[in-house]
Amino acid sequence: MTERAFPVLDDVSAPFWEGVAEGVLRIQRCQECARHVFYPRAVCPYCTASHLCWVDASGRGRIHSYTVVHRAPPDYRDQVPYVVALVELDEGVRMMTRLVDVEPARVRVDLPVELAIRGDPRLPYFRPRSSE
Amino acid sequence: MTAERVAAIAGVAESDLGDVAPKTSIQLQAEAAREALTEAGLAFGDVDGLFSAGGDTFAASMAIGEYLGIRPRFTDSTNIGGSSFLSHAGHAYQAIASGLCDVALITYGSTQRSQTGRSLGRAGGIRGPQQFEGVWGLPAPVGAYALAATRHMHVYGTRPEQLAEVAVATRKWASLNEKAFMRDPITIQDVLSSRWISEPLHLLDCCLVTDGGGAVVIVSRERARHLPKPPVWILGHGESHTHLGISSMPDLTTTPAVYSGAAAFAMAGVTPADIDVAEVYDSFTITVLLTLEALGFCGRGESGDFVTGQRTAPGGEFPLNTNGGGLSYCHPGMYGIFTLIESTRQLRGECGARQVEGARLALANGTGGVLSSAATVILGRD
Repeated sequence: MTERAFPVLDDVSAPFWEGVAEGVLRIQRCQECARHVFYPRAVCPYCTASHLCWVDASGRGRIHSYTVVHRAPPDYRDQVPYVVALVELDEGVRMMTRLVDVEPARVRVDLPVELAIRGDPRLPYFRPRSSE
Repeated sequence: MTAERVAAIAGVAESDLGDVAPKTSIQLQAEAAREALTEAGLAFGDVDGLFSAGGDTFAASMAIGEYLGIRPRFTDSTNIGGSSFLSHAGHAYQAIASGLCDVALITYGSTQRSQTGRSLGRAGGIRGPQQFEGVWGLPAPVGAYALAATRHMHVYGTRPEQLAEVAVATRKWASLNEKAFMRDPITIQDVLSSRWISEPLHLLDCCLVTDGGGAVVIVSRERARHLPKPPVWILGHGESHTHLGISSMPDLTTTPAVYSGAAAFAMAGVTPADIDVAEVYDSFTITVLLTLEALGFCGRGESGDFVTGQRTAPGGEFPLNTNGGGLSYCHPGMYGIFTLIESTRQLRGECGARQVEGARLALANGTGGVLSSAATVILGRD
């Protein structure tokens, strides 16, 4: 059994993963055009600026799409079925994640979700928003 | 039809398909190249433009060039996934139009079934932007297509049985092609009751995993006058890509075939209604639905209805993937080259039991990555 995939931190991605380790979801925001940017980049893909700052995201969003995985990559086979989702954060960016604390059959597009950092290494999972 | 006749497909061939052990991918390319050139009345020494992608090596065109003893004056190892070979065909057209080459050879080969299988993902440290997707256990590439399918179902009400229509119709075509890997008929219920891979996609919504390769020879108008086979003209082509990873796809229901198709139709001076036979990359059933919409064969969100009632099957109103497609004929990982091969054979009238009678205009469309790239080629006969 090989090692499960993990991120290798670099100049651009380190603040994101360090934030997750601290329990915070940080994303970039362009200081020129004010748009949020994800995944993290060295330049703004919308306006060509190079001044991207880090902001704390709300950690709230909605399911944009999802799939219940039954035939998993080798290192994830002990976990099936599990839900991989694209979440649209309230800040307007889309992020891949896995859903926790929910029966796969109950997941729907547009379901409100919130950040649920878990695991080792710590990863930004999401779960259904507790208030709804 | 306003397109100028600049370049024509002069020869096509598949290599051995299915399980080819102990052959290698370069052998498949070489054998297909020889057969395609022979069909065109040409030899390796005539080739001055070389195009390839995939295989086992870095710089695919260098690998096949060395193997065949070809020293091209135009070379292209563009790899944008399974659509690469349609992109190559467009580039070959432009290279020929510019006088940069005269005889273009496109090759592809893969032994993914007999040699390696598919791992569906990778482990270990992930560098760069892909680390934001690679840590989640999404099976590649099927999980990404499943995300697109879920979204299409949500936005347009598309149903699983409509996806299944594609698999069933494609299998009917495969039953007419003796080279097809899977030829036994299936029903919509068979598709729906096959096991889940990544919801909402079942096993029978997914393409095959086979070995295989192919080659396409494209020549200038001058050379096309003296061919053993009737020329199949490239009338239009287009290409684009919008993302690499599925989380960066601008709209999960819109493939870049929107752009490649529009460019190809404009260049050819024809419309979707003019097309007699279509060969579109069917990596998954959802790929076909999204591609039909992107190319304008039906409206946005209408593809489920478009394929319902086996309209794309033999005898249906819209002949689609007449070789049996990646779903049932062969799928070595980068299927696009087979859309050119089948389109050419249909326009020559060589397809026997699966021949679309009177086909004069064909469309071939490749999709690469995770709905990431698209390349479209419109072909016509004299």
